[in-house]
Amino acid sequence: MSRRYWVAYSTIVIKEVLRFMRIWGQTILPAAITTGLYFLIFGTLIGERIGEMGGYSYQSFIVPGLILMAVITNSYANTVSSFFQAKYQRHIEELIISPVPNWIILLGYVSGGVARGLVVGAVVTGITLFFSDVGVVHPWLTLLVVVLTSILFALAGFINAVFANSFDDITMIPTFVLTPLTYLGGVFYSISMLPEFWQKLSLANPVLYMINAFRYGILGVSDIRPETALLLILAFILVLAAASLWLLNRGVGIKS
Amino acid sequence: MSHAIRLEQLQKTYANGTEALKGIDLQVREGDFFALLGPNGAGKSTAIGILSSLVRKTSGRVEVFGHDLDRAPQEVKRRIGLVPQDFNFNQWEPVEEIVINQAGYYGIPRRIAYDKTRKVLKELDLWGKRRAQARSLSGGMKRRLMIARALVHEPPLMILDEPTAGVDIEIRRSMWAFMEEINRAGTTIVLTTHYLEEAENLCRSIAIIDDGMIVENSSMQALLHRLHRQAFLLTLRAPIQSLPEGAPVSLCIRDEYTLEAVLEQEQTLNSLFDWLNRQGMEVLSMRNKQNRLEQFFLDRVKKKVEAA
Repeated sequence: MSRRYWVAYSTIVIKEVLRFMRIWGQTILPAAITTGLYFLIFGTLIGERIGEMGGYSYQSFIVPGLILMAVITNSYANTVSSFFQAKYQRHIEELIISPVPNWIILLGYVSGGVARGLVVGAVVTGITLFFSDVGVVHPWLTLLVVVLTSILFALAGFINAVFANSFDDITMIPTFVLTPLTYLGGVFYSISMLPEFWQKLSLANPVLYMINAFRYGILGVSDIRPETALLLILAFILVLAAASLWLLNRGVGIKS
Repeated sequence: MSHAIRLEQLQKTYANGTEALKGIDLQVREGDFFALLGPNGAGKSTAIGILSSLVRKTSGRVEVFGHDLDRAPQEVKRRIGLVPQDFNFNQWEPVEEIVINQAGYYGIPRRIAYDKTRKVLKELDLWGKRRAQARSLSGGMKRRLMIARALVHEPPLMILDEPTAGVDIEIRRSMWAFMEEINRAGTTIVLTTHYLEEAENLCRSIAIIDDGMIVENSSMQALLHRLHRQAFLLTLRAPIQSLPEGAPVSLCIRDEYTLEAVLEQEQTLNSLFDWLNRQGMEVLSMRNKQNRLEQFFLDRVKKKVEAA
């Protein structure tokens, strides 16, 4: 990357990070409160009655899923809201008229999404430490999975923003697609608990692979082979990145 | 002669079938102060949108300082500073950040961007507001912020799309002075405006666009020289009830202290004043009934409507 492009890229990233840090009460705090409540209700109150899952206490079992759920939601939310607002307020034009290649614009917004995902992930991890004393079995794999998953959902949020024409359009996918896929992706249970038909159906849910790979990184247990999960995440990233770049090059949603 | 802008057969048809530009040819000389005028919906903003990469052209060629928009878009973008018609900055960001970020998009490192930002904000009298959120600025300040943002990477070509719309006369005058100053320093300026007096006072060249076509393109001097008739309003010292016979130009009484004189191209004000002197009528002041460019503009656009 040339120096000029690096400056442009870092400018977008700084702008994105300042944006979500400036409104931390809307971007970081809600995830912390929600996760705290999940732990209190599912982990402490109900979890004690559930017993062990995958060889761990239920409280420990849900730690990876809750962290990754926060990362997924926030990576997605950052790019979708930031890029849509840039379109809505038309300040995306600042970037379109400047000599910043589209791949740098994409990389900048995705990095902003990843930054928020990781910051929220770190906050949520801090909260989990109040409720459980889970260690990390495979730290590098854990880090790789969390970063790749964050990239994937930042890209998905970007595509959502490109097509969005109203604020309703940026809440539809998170509400009707992302939340069900995450909740049914094994955050709160192992799919081995499900009847065979539902087990097989669950395998069609990409979020299941990410949560299980992340759980493998932290706890060393998983319903899915981590290699399979990593390959799937990478394949999704490639497809979504190519689609995002194509949309930007075509000027979809931003040029007439 | 080197050109800042060269448009060849530029054509734009929108997805809904509207043909906004019907193959226009236009050249703007380097260092010029150029007025691009036209009624609403004539195609001005589309032409500016294509130049600044906000609108995709359907066909034709765009060259900025010799760089082709299709072959070297980054080179073209680097040379343009755009002040759009509508506010298009992040209303929640502080003024300083908006300008620093824009410099960053042009590859200017943050430390240098900070110095340049300070310079342009001071020049545009916005330094005291640097930490204020953009939404808290007045309309005039917001316009000046957009100019500061467009100038921060020191482009050799500035495109100003109605930069003085909605600002009071004092700010408008200070903006005129600023535009003249940067033009004198070598920046080519393309200005669109609905204030024709503004275009007449500032610009050296002019193009009038109407219905997607260039209907006039010449120097301001040559264009104004071609005015066929001009109307003047004369304020008299003493009241007048009726006009004596034999006036050398067309004259009529507007009210008891005001005469309206219409001069054809070959008629002179000297002959009018000689005649007024002979009649013993003293003139206290005189002004154009209509801005000269406005008169030409309306004639030109009207002619097209009538021809259609």
